[in-house]
Amino acid sequence: MTLPQRITPYLYVAPLIGLLAFVFGYSIVSMVEFSFKMVRGIDGPWIGLRNYRLVLGQPLFWESVGHNLLLLLAIPVMVAIALVISLLLYERLRGWKLVRTVIFIPYILAIPIVAVVLKQMFQFSGPVNEVLRWLSLDFMALDWIGSGDVALWTVMALIIWRESALGIILFLSRLLSLDEALTEVARLDGANWWKRAWYVLIPQMRGVIEFYVVISIITMLSAVFAYVYIMGGGRGGPGTSTMVVELYIYNALVRTSLPGIAAAVSVMLFAVSLLLIWVLFALRRRTDDAGT
Amino acid sequence: MRAGDAVKQSVLILACVMALIPTAFMLLTALKSQDDFAVNKTGLPQAFVLDHFRSVLFDSPFVLWMVNSAVLAAGAVALSTVVACLAAYAIARMQFAGRDLIFTLSTSLMAVPPVVLIVPLFVLYTRLGLISTFGGAIVIYAGLITPFSVYLLTTFFRTLPQELFDAARLDGAKDFRILRHVVLPLSLPALLTLVVVNALFVWNDLLIAVIFLQDDAKRTLMAGISVFQGRYNNQIPLTMAGMVVASAPMLILYISFQRYFIRGLMAGAVK
Repeated sequence: MTLPQRITPYLYVAPLIGLLAFVFGYSIVSMVEFSFKMVRGIDGPWIGLRNYRLVLGQPLFWESVGHNLLLLLAIPVMVAIALVISLLLYERLRGWKLVRTVIFIPYILAIPIVAVVLKQMFQFSGPVNEVLRWLSLDFMALDWIGSGDVALWTVMALIIWRESALGIILFLSRLLSLDEALTEVARLDGANWWKRAWYVLIPQMRGVIEFYVVISIITMLSAVFAYVYIMGGGRGGPGTSTMVVELYIYNALVRTSLPGIAAAVSVMLFAVSLLLIWVLFALRRRTDDAGT
Repeated sequence: MRAGDAVKQSVLILACVMALIPTAFMLLTALKSQDDFAVNKTGLPQAFVLDHFRSVLFDSPFVLWMVNSAVLAAGAVALSTVVACLAAYAIARMQFAGRDLIFTLSTSLMAVPPVVLIVPLFVLYTRLGLISTFGGAIVIYAGLITPFSVYLLTTFFRTLPQELFDAARLDGAKDFRILRHVVLPLSLPALLTLVVVNALFVWNDLLIAVIFLQDDAKRTLMAGISVFQGRYNNQIPLTMAGMVVASAPMLILYISFQRYFIRGLMAGAVK
C-alpha cells in the first residue's frame, strides 16, 4: 500500500476520535484531576484526598447512595412485569401488535413530562387518592409526593412504570427470534403455558434478561436525575427524601460551586459504572461463545 | 384453552390501561376548566375548553423552548451522523491498525452515564464562555449520542454485500464517492432509525439542558417544563395543556415511525 492509502482510514475516523476525545477523554481525565484539587472557579491547588474524605464523611452523601441502592429494588419488579407481558405478547393473540405499540408509549414520553403528570395525579387531594377513597381504601390514600417517608417509593413506582416498557420490547424481540420448533414440541407433549414459559422459553432468554438487569442497574445508579428533579420540585424533596448521587453532584457543581467535590463523587460513580460496563461485556462475550 | 386466552387478553388489556392512564389524565385534564377540575378530577370534561392550549402557545415561552430543543436536536444529530458515517465506513470496510480497539472503545462509551462527564465540561465551558450557547451544548450532545451512531452504522455497513464495493471500485469510484453514492442511499432505514432515536435522546434530556443552557432565552423544552410547572403549580389544567403540547411531537413521530423507534431502541441492546 502507498502512504496516502494507509492514511485514508485514519482521516475517516479522525473526526470521531476528536469528538470522543473531547467529550469523554478530556472530561474523564480532568474529572480525576479536579477530584484532587480545591477548585475555585476554574482551577485550584492540589489537596490530595481531602475532597474524598469530605464527601465520604458526609451523611448526606451516604443518604444519597442509600437512595440509589434502594431504587435497585425496582429491578426484580421490572423484570417480572416485562417477562409476563412479553410472554403473553408472544402468544400472538388477536391485536397483539396494537398492544405492543401502546405498551411502549411510557418509554417514548419524556421523563420530565411523565414526572409532572404523575406528580399531579399523586397529589394528596389528587385523582389517585380520590379513587382510593371511593374504593373505601382510605388507609392507602397517602401523601405520595409531600411525605418524606413515601416520596422515594412514589419515584420508584414511576421508574417501574416507564422502564418496564423497555424490558418488554427487549424480551419480546428475543422471543420472536427464537426457533419455534422447541416450543412446538413442548406444546405437542402437552406442556401448558406456564410449563412452556418456565422450562422452554425463559431459559433461552437468559442473555437478554441479564443484559436488561445490568443496564437497569446503571440506570438506577446514574440516570434518575430527571425523575427526582421534577418530582421534588427542582430540589429532590421533600427535604432530602429523594436525594440521589446525581443530584448531589448537580448541587455541588451548580448550587454551591464546589467542582472539586462534584468531581470526587463523579470519579466514584464512574468507577462503579466501569465495573458494570465490564460485566456487560463479559456477559456478551459469554453469550457469543455459547452461541457459536 | 379458550378460558386461558381470555385471562391472557385481560392481563394485556390491563397493561395497556396502565400504560395509557397518565396520557389520558393529561389529555382530559387539559380540556377541563379550572373550576371543572376542582370538583371533577377523574371524569370526562363537562365542556371541552381549549383556552389552556391558547395560553400555552401564545402567552408562555413554550414555542421558543420547542424551537430551542429542535435546534439542539437537529444540530447534534447532524453533527453526530456525519462523524459516525465517516468512521463507521472506515471501521466496517477498511483494514487498519487500531480499528478494533477504536470500535470497542467507542461502543463501550455507550454505557458511560452522562452525569460523570458534566463537571469538567461545566468548568471548561465557564472559562471559555460557552455556557448557554447552542454550539457548546450541541457538541456535548453529539458526543453523547455518537457511540450509538457508530455502533449502529458499523453493524449495518458490515451487512452490505462486498460485490457492491468491488463493482464501484472497478468503475473507478474512490472511497468518499462510494460512501456517498452507494452506501448511504442503501442505508436509509438505518439512518432514519438513528435520527429518530438520537433526536429522542436530545429532545428528552434534562440534565445537560439545566446545566449548560441556563439562560432564559436558550432554555430547552424539558428545562422549561420544570419552570412551567413551578410557575402554574395551582393551575393543573393549564399545566397539563403544556404537557400535551410538549409530548405531541414525540408521540406523533412515534406513531408514524414506530418501526424505526422500536428497531432503533433495540439495536443498542440486542445484536
